Amino acid sequence: MTPAARNQPTIGPPLWLLAELTYRCPLQCPYCSNPLDYAQQEQELTTEQWLRVLRQGREMGAAQLGFSGGEPLVRQDLPDLIAEARQLGYYSNLITSGLGLTEAKVAQFRDAGLDHIQVSFQASDPELNNAVAGSRKAFEQKLAMARAVKAAGYPMVLNFVIHRHNIHQMPDIIDLCRRLEADYVELATCQYYGWAFHNREGLMPSRQQLATAEQQVNEQRQRLAAAGSAIKLIFVTPDYYEERPKACMNGWGSLFLTVAPDGTALPCHSARLLPIDFPNVRDESLRQIWYDSPGFNHYRGDSWMPEPCRSCDEKGKDFGGCRCQAYLLTGNADNADPVCDKSPHHDRILAARRAADHASAGLESLTYRNTSNSRLFYRSG
Amino acid sequence: MDRVPKFRPGFRFQWEPAQDCYVLLYPEGMVRLNGSAGAILAEVDGDRSVAEIVHRLEQRFPEAGSLAEDVAGFLRDAEAQHWVALS
Ligand code: SF4
Ligand code: SF4
Repeated sequence: MTPAARNQPTIGPPLWLLAELTYRCPLQCPYCSNPLDYAQQEQELTTEQWLRVLRQGREMGAAQLGFSGGEPLVRQDLPDLIAEARQLGYYSNLITSGLGLTEAKVAQFRDAGLDHIQVSFQASDPELNNAVAGSRKAFEQKLAMARAVKAAGYPMVLNFVIHRHNIHQMPDIIDLCRRLEADYVELATCQYYGWAFHNREGLMPSRQQLATAEQQVNEQRQRLAAAGSAIKLIFVTPDYYEERPKACMNGWGSLFLTVAPDGTALPCHSARLLPIDFPNVRDESLRQIWYDSPGFNHYRGDSWMPEPCRSCDEKGKDFGGCRCQAYLLTGNADNADPVCDKSPHHDRILAARRAADHASAGLESLTYRNTSNSRLFYRSG
Repeated sequence: MDRVPKFRPGFRFQWEPAQDCYVLLYPEGMVRLNGSAGAILAEVDGDRSVAEIVHRLEQRFPEAGSLAEDVAGFLRDAEAQHWVALS
């Protein structure tokens, strides 16, 4: 054991492995959680390297596996990765925009052992959906693929990222999900990392919008229950309207392990933005990375905490919140997540709320996630 | 008691050596099962009725006495959670 690992409590295994296969994607969602400068990382892991990551992760105890991106369907070796995942005993989840999917692939993946396909939507109608996605044909394709997923017998999970431009559609969104016979619906309000942080002013709903949406979701829940529907609605409300931070990733390096397209191993899919040197699966085994790397041990335990977290009796509950949010909003990732009203930087959250009450800009003011915009970020960065 | 429990589509039940327990996996989620929950669900194969499962468990754990109530109750909960369907 390295000195870094020795003074840690006990480190459990990474039960969740997220394989971000690529940053390539045909869509341009302005809330994409990929890094702003993603176009800089062009060297993707090879099939062999991904297979090794899957084997090592499973040996360590990972049971849930996500294939995401970018758009994971861009990778031609996806069927091989799925087959290996099944053979190893993972429960595998494909997180896709639906673009590039076909009925034949839906069936091929099923035969290879894929357990679940999550299709993301941008809105409940074609106009808004396609405007947010930056693609003219996205909506029809998504509808067709959602139906194909259902017909192939997968559990159907539909995901909607919610922001100020689609939050008014809540009843329509839920209606659409009912017609598509979804089993789970994730209504995930935007989390402000990556492109979403850059576009925050143009995305964040006002408190009034949020209150209306919450009420609508509750009404729909009652209607669904009364109709005997088994649809599960999962409404992820934005932490910017909370006074306590979320227990991010259930604690740094406690359950989740993300591998980015170029092989960088991260404790969460946003952590790449932190000024920390993260290890790469090309150089080290997943086991060394998880248990012994300085990057993963950096925020384990609580000895790194400054005040107010250090002496706070809630630190075992929320671990001081999200390191990425602390870094983005205060410039120092050690600080308490400013969502917390005990944080001396909580005023930055309050300012964002006030801005959301007065924002009026339309979709056209957002910076879309695409390669030419991304190049601007790393040239200027 | 004649009803037959079956895992719902998208749910997978398996033994996890790293966690030293049975787990139930579903879209982006996992439930760790305690010893008795694991033992009951390990008998669910889509063919056996609740009565057969009770019988098999009583044979395996003779010291536990009658298990009918516990097993049926647990499977009703599992149905309410949408883990299994009883047909
Ligand atoms: S959020 Fe949108 S742009 Fe980003 S990877 Fe997903 S589908 Fe592509
Ligand atoms: S002070 Fe830190 S540990 Fe306490 S509640 Fe706030 S973020 Fe959590």
